[in-house]
Amino acid sequence: MSLAAQAALQPGEPAPAVSLPSLAPGGEVISLAALRGKVVYLDFWASWCGPCRISFPQLEQLRQELGPQGFEVLAINLDEHQADADKFLAEVPVSYLLARDTSGDSPRAYQILGMPTGFLIDREGNVRLVHNGYRKSDGAALRDHILEVLGE
Amino acid sequence: MNVLRCLVCLLLAFGLCACETVEPWERGALAKREMQWAPDAMEISLQAQINASKEASSGGMGAAGGGCGCN
Repeated sequence: MSLAAQAALQPGEPAPAVSLPSLAPGGEVISLAALRGKVVYLDFWASWCGPCRISFPQLEQLRQELGPQGFEVLAINLDEHQADADKFLAEVPVSYLLARDTSGDSPRAYQILGMPTGFLIDREGNVRLVHNGYRKSDGAALRDHILEVLGE
Repeated sequence: MNVLRCLVCLLLAFGLCACETVEPWERGALAKREMQWAPDAMEISLQAQINASKEASSGGMGAAGGGCGCN
């Protein structure tokens, strides 16, 4: 595989379409297109990923704080077994949008290189920031980026 | 002779199973504790410390990781 093929999606590129079943009981389809007009943090996660456990409470807090300004989080679960995801969510509950991809098509389209990977998508549907991994100290800088994109 | 040739081909084909690429989101099983070279990071660092002092050498020890390429 060439290096170019391995490079993740770059800021400035349009965010590939995502339309996936919700992880919540009921399972209606959540699509990224329906969130157009909002600033979206698209997060790829799995229960076995340590940094995801750190990112969830922080993303929840950002969503609570900045939601009224038009910020939304869409977290796509990539676990092999949904039971693992459910157990994780019981331990780290969040109120933002949760979807599930069993095919691997969406992480492939976004060319993610590690878990978690987050994409900040502006109101026009363009990727503005690619966030690889997650450390506890990342929250403040992420908040600044979100505020900047929200303010446009 | 023909049987032997078939057997060699079969073994080669089995070997190719190991050429599968594991995508970052497919590492759930690899991230499990029982799949680590050294499940306990504290223990392996202690062992490395002892080994370095006894053998007057360092390095070459595996370190624990999450398997997700991010820890």
